[in-house]
Amino acid sequence: MKKFAFLSAMVFYCVAASAQQSSPVAPSSTSTTEDTRMKSLEERVNTLTKEVALLRAELQAMREAKSPQTSIGDRILLASTRVEPGMIPAPASSVGNSPTSPEPVPAQASQMQTYGGATSNAKLLNPDISFIGDFIGTSGHNAVSPSRSLEMHESEVGMQAIIDPYARADGFISFGEEGVNIEEGYVTFTALPAGLLLKVGKMRAEFGKVNMTHNHALPFIDRPLATNNLVGGEDGIDDAGISLSRFLPAPKNWFVQGTAQVYRGDSANVFQANSRQDVSVVGHLRVYRDLGESTNIDLGASYARGHNNAGIGTSFDPERFLTNLYAADATLRWKPLRRAIYHSFLFRNEFFWSARDQLSAQTTGFFQTQHAFGLYSDAEYRINRRWTFGGRFDRSGHANNASLTDTGFSSILTYWPSEFSQIRGQYRFGHLADPVTTKYSYANEFLFQFLFVMGAHGAHPF
Amino acid sequence: MRHADIPTRITAFLATLALLCTVCAPLARAENKLQIMTATTDLAALAQEIGGDRVEAESIARGYQDPHFVEAKPSFLLKLRRADLLIVVGLELEIGWLPPLITQSTNPKIQVGASGYFDASRYAKILEIPTGVVTRAEGDVHPLGNPHYWLDPENGLRIAKGIQNKLSEMRPGDSSYFAQRYDSFEKRIKQADEKWLAEMKPYAGRKIVTYHRSWPNFAEHFGLNVVGYVEPRPGIPPSPQHTVELIGMMKRDGIKVIAVEPYFDLKTPDAVARDTGAQVVVLTPSVGGEKEITDYFKLFDYDIAKLKQAFDATK
Repeated sequence: MKKFAFLSAMVFYCVAASAQQSSPVAPSSTSTTEDTRMKSLEERVNTLTKEVALLRAELQAMREAKSPQTSIGDRILLASTRVEPGMIPAPASSVGNSPTSPEPVPAQASQMQTYGGATSNAKLLNPDISFIGDFIGTSGHNAVSPSRSLEMHESEVGMQAIIDPYARADGFISFGEEGVNIEEGYVTFTALPAGLLLKVGKMRAEFGKVNMTHNHALPFIDRPLATNNLVGGEDGIDDAGISLSRFLPAPKNWFVQGTAQVYRGDSANVFQANSRQDVSVVGHLRVYRDLGESTNIDLGASYARGHNNAGIGTSFDPERFLTNLYAADATLRWKPLRRAIYHSFLFRNEFFWSARDQLSAQTTGFFQTQHAFGLYSDAEYRINRRWTFGGRFDRSGHANNASLTDTGFSSILTYWPSEFSQIRGQYRFGHLADPVTTKYSYANEFLFQFLFVMGAHGAHPF
Repeated sequence: MRHADIPTRITAFLATLALLCTVCAPLARAENKLQIMTATTDLAALAQEIGGDRVEAESIARGYQDPHFVEAKPSFLLKLRRADLLIVVGLELEIGWLPPLITQSTNPKIQVGASGYFDASRYAKILEIPTGVVTRAEGDVHPLGNPHYWLDPENGLRIAKGIQNKLSEMRPGDSSYFAQRYDSFEKRIKQADEKWLAEMKPYAGRKIVTYHRSWPNFAEHFGLNVVGYVEPRPGIPPSPQHTVELIGMMKRDGIKVIAVEPYFDLKTPDAVARDTGAQVVVLTPSVGGEKEITDYFKLFDYDIAKLKQAFDATK
């Protein structure tokens, strides 16, 4: 309203001024009525000029009030304060100040824009975007599951942002040698009542520890044999579904969390939904306790159930073929707080049991359930800020032929140039069974890996 | 049983959920005190100064811990889920560990932007805000400015004012109590600051080297001149080449004091000190960094006493 008044006043002022300028060229009749009119016009112009000045001052005062910087009264200054330019906004401009004079801009606000330009504020609403490159090279002998000599194993693009006051979202798209895959893309509702945490989307299931871990966050270059043989390998149980978690009542200082998840039922070669009803379910119970400020223990039990592909294309009803998976995990961590960036130790064990319904032969034979067991046990130690070494023991049956058991051992050395890159070398020994010929062979391989992170990659859950 | 149809499964799933929800009804809050969780001990100390006996303030990080690298342990979730207010340092100091804790806390009150989320950096004077192109070639740079801003008593007072306003908003009935606590804190910190400034005056303009860029606000307030760092770049471990350059610079400029935070290894600083005749002084950037540093005042008392000792010993 005031702006409108100001503009109207300006227009009137201009009209009046032009009238004033044109007056000398008007016929100079010396009629007294003309003089009186001129005088009254002059007076009006003067009045209007004053009004314009007043309006300008008011406008200036309004701008001051809208300025994001706190007023002097909000600033706290000690007796010793050295007042610097920009610390305190200039006092409100006096009447008659030019409207184009610069407003007092707080020093902090002007420096907030790190990549310049007024549009950068809009970019602040963009999600945190990151790119993680994972380059792997392999040499040596492995007749059962040979890998490529050099490969850009995975390039993961992560996008993470707060959606609204009630939810946040995380998306991870992985570009591999074979194509693009939405590794995870889910929304987490953080403001639900009764302490519930709801996740909806495609996500890695809370089945044990290693299934939840992204490739670049693994302690080793590869995944354990048990994961490959029983829990879907690299992709693992990773499906579209709904997850609900809650803290459960527990004795003091014990953390107990229960998670229930329902998925469509398609996860790598573990689960396959033959019809819409074939959803898979995952349940997870986590128990955690601090044993001191540096040491803690983390235990978990998991269960997953879904349909598999063994009955498809056979004379049997595919609905009869289920896979039940059970897992238990135990982790002991040690990290002295005063030297947390130099030394840490982690010892982790995971056990998997798989009960897979299938036929005794590929498409014929009788109905049977294969009970396979797998485990891995790994230990990692950070020697100093830049070096970590670790070892892992692996043993696992094959999900569809429990009589075949693979055994392996790995040792790894990691160098951290900074927290945003890693260079690793891993020696891997294996006594592996060929699932087709059922013959065993030895594998001796050396793997190396370069991992690098661009952008803001959100922290992973503990 | 094996061929349970979908309605049965959904019913079973919902029943499990219902069980989870009813069995685990939220535990009744025994006390009426405002539960405040803070990222660092300094913020907890300031919150306690203002909140007095009407609040219970606890920090996630310990004072002797590097606040950049805190583990997001589930035990913190137990505390965060009951918190009425979460006070963070901000400026991406806690980016590596706090966001998953906030998300998993299942506490709507302390989610980013909610009424119980308080970013202390909004009230403080921030230094070293990078301008121009920001890249990680400069190390673990904080694009929003240096997050170690609490090491300036003026900022402490500014944050305290912000906390007073927040607490009064949350507990209007106690607003006069918080105002009174703030007034008392203001008076005491002004007195203490005069004393600290007087103590540091003889050393005004002295050049020092620090391990990490933790001290710009402290140095500015007390008139010190930080001219070098043991780290070649923030977050990058010392390299031989940088150490040689640092030794050369310290010898050339006659720098005799190296300040190190309690969570850094003393090997490189000690080696530099041996070569240059300088003294290594372990200064704590946070309350609780040493046992005797139990509040915000003692933090400055301790660091200033240590610095004075080091300056006097290397005259």
